Amino acid sequence: MSLLSIENLSLSIHGAPILRDVSMQIAPGRILGVIGESGSGKSMTAFATMQLLPEGSLCRGRIVLNGQEVLELSEAALCRMRGRDVGMVFQEPMTALNPIRSIGDQVAETILIHEKVSRSEAMERAAEALRRAELPQDRFPLSRYPFELSGGQRQRVVIAMAIALRPKLLIADEPTTALDVTTQAQILDLLKRLVAEDGMGLMLISHDLAVVADLADDIAIMRKGEVVESGPADTLFRTMQHPYSKALLAASAHAPDRDGAPQDVPLLQVQDVVRDYTVHMRGWWGKTTTFHAVKGVSFDIRKGESLGLVGESGCGKSTLTRAILGLEEVQGGSILLDGQPVFTGHHANRDIRRRMQVVFQDPYGSFNPRWKVGRLIAEPYHLLDHPPTGQQKAHAIAEALESVGLNAGDQHKYIHEFSGGQRQRIAIARALIIKPELIILDEAVSALDVSVRAQVLDLLADLGDRFGLTYLFISHDLSVVRNVTDRVLVMKAGEIVEQGATKAVFDDPQHDYTKQLIKAAPVLPAEVV
Amino acid sequence: MRGNRNLWLGGCLTLIFAGAALISFLWVPYDTTVLDIANKIKGPSGAHPLGTDHFGRDILSMIMVGARTSIAVALVAVGIGMGLGVPLGLTAAAKKGSFLDELIMRGNDLVFAFPSLLIAIMITAVFGASALNAIIAIGIFNIPVFARLTRSGALSLWTRDYVMAARVAGKGAARISAEHILPNVTNLLIVQGTIQFSLGILAEAGLSYVGLGAQPPTASWGRMLADSQTMISFAPHMALFPGLAILLTVLGLNLMGDGLRDLFDPKLRRAR
Repeated sequence: MSLLSIENLSLSIHGAPILRDVSMQIAPGRILGVIGESGSGKSMTAFATMQLLPEGSLCRGRIVLNGQEVLELSEAALCRMRGRDVGMVFQEPMTALNPIRSIGDQVAETILIHEKVSRSEAMERAAEALRRAELPQDRFPLSRYPFELSGGQRQRVVIAMAIALRPKLLIADEPTTALDVTTQAQILDLLKRLVAEDGMGLMLISHDLAVVADLADDIAIMRKGEVVESGPADTLFRTMQHPYSKALLAASAHAPDRDGAPQDVPLLQVQDVVRDYTVHMRGWWGKTTTFHAVKGVSFDIRKGESLGLVGESGCGKSTLTRAILGLEEVQGGSILLDGQPVFTGHHANRDIRRRMQVVFQDPYGSFNPRWKVGRLIAEPYHLLDHPPTGQQKAHAIAEALESVGLNAGDQHKYIHEFSGGQRQRIAIARALIIKPELIILDEAVSALDVSVRAQVLDLLADLGDRFGLTYLFISHDLSVVRNVTDRVLVMKAGEIVEQGATKAVFDDPQHDYTKQLIKAAPVLPAEVV
Repeated sequence: MRGNRNLWLGGCLTLIFAGAALISFLWVPYDTTVLDIANKIKGPSGAHPLGTDHFGRDILSMIMVGARTSIAVALVAVGIGMGLGVPLGLTAAAKKGSFLDELIMRGNDLVFAFPSLLIAIMITAVFGASALNAIIAIGIFNIPVFARLTRSGALSLWTRDYVMAARVAGKGAARISAEHILPNVTNLLIVQGTIQFSLGILAEAGLSYVGLGAQPPTASWGRMLADSQTMISFAPHMALFPGLAILLTVLGLNLMGDGLRDLFDPKLRRAR
């Protein structure tokens, strides 16, 4: 008998159709992976299961959870169900916890709401739940606050809250998307273990095929509010029929074609770069300590090369990026572009800076919402001594937009009229407009859906060939780095621990940390790629 | 919907008083500088819709002219606050953590530390009671409000990627503040400006009430209240109408500020 059975569920919000005839089943002790891109309705399916839908929602069909018709339950009955029968883990561990309450209080709260137990007993059980989520009491007492924990540890607290009452069904909505690869692997292992121990059903929602393929017993692929294909994980990848499933799989493993070998001339030379930050303790007269963000990093990028820089959060990637871009002065070493220093006499060298541009991760935060696209992408012209004006400028803007696959007419629109993928194209157009030689891609495709990501990667490869661009590709996503770079650097705690040709590093990692990273990265089953 | 209703109601109330102030430049029912002792302390009637005061002056005319004083004082005071506070806040945010930032913000704390009306009384007592000194006194206390608000709004904007992109484009702190930061904190400033405007009207009324604001014969709501105080038992209309004028203007401005906040804050709008 299945634990959760969704039959022909249709959902509309204020009359707009969101889900259409969605059906899926989860049996106890099984993991259902729900895959889809943004807007596919995967999260809405989860919220419908818990009936945590926005105002104006209308559900048709059946949701049967543990023998109960969820759609017919009263709000009071739903409150009893949520947390006790169904637990939920969210994407963003930084905001899923209340910052001013201790972790023990927050886990105990779930228990106190649903069961008539004393506070001390609830705290005892909270400790037990945290222990099961691998936060032992001797190292993580109940009195800890969320800000004292790392992202992965916070996600464990969220998991402990979800499993404190041993629910029959756990819904995890992109539980590892905000986490580093190694942390992601640990959290996925934890979820897998808890499912096996408790005989829970798990609905694992993700946009990442590899994550789901590693973990799930069954898979449902969603698109535009419909399940396009579903089946057991072992066979689905081999037998999938629907063109969308195939396209999604192809996009996940997409490797753009690149011609043009790098020349054997260094474009950017980074030598023994050191960047320290002074950390102020409390108050004006408190002690200060020094934090070494980048500790003596050296590498070259050759002309026309695509170099990957891989590392987890806090490893110094962003600091290094800012130093290369001449936004911050380094304390030691030198950064030369084409033999000339990026920083001269405490000031950034304008002649050098106009030869570099950057594309950021977040397509939504990269643009001033009050400017039109034309003005936005012309901003780097500020670096030129005699920027083009009038007709010439309009022509250059149109050219930049067309080279990234948009229309010249788009320059008169505001940025909110564009989707995430289009915005990232606009960001690339902004980087291209002053015809730089080096473009730094700071997690530039990490926030995009897989199919859009594949298009943007193709665009970058194409532009690289056409304009002879050199890329520094910073990412935490190993599969992307593997597919688009010639060489790769692995960075950890401010140092480069390994560097070499991408293929060599991935196939035969030397450093322990690289091995750990590659092992932790989820991969699609070998036979389907 | 609630935001829109607030905005409507507040906007209408504000418009009524602003309109009354504007009309008073061209026409008032009676000249407020002419005394008509024969008609003193009359209740509302056909000739004097809101009655007359102890000098026989028409209260409706007095309120119309008084609106002029209140609005002018509050408007200039908010202007002083914004004009100095916003650049200070932008500078502090641009140089976050520097000595300059500390200097600006601790200076703000210093001004904030004193009860504003008491210091305003002190300033007007030292430099003489006049509308101009009242404006300056109220204006000074608006500076830290706008400086803090601008700084906090600007700090969160400085971490945005588009600011980083502007820095990569070689733009300096001043230019980024003007082009990217200021336009994106304007919403905050408009909302706060409306609220400070209403506080300015209250402060002006308070100063005039104790005789430190606009001096006779300039009509002022606070002074009208003060004049009516001894006669409140037998001529309540003399206190009632200026009191209502203050109440409704402040209410209108606050509602408008609230409505504007709802209008500008997309998060609140979506939640509705």
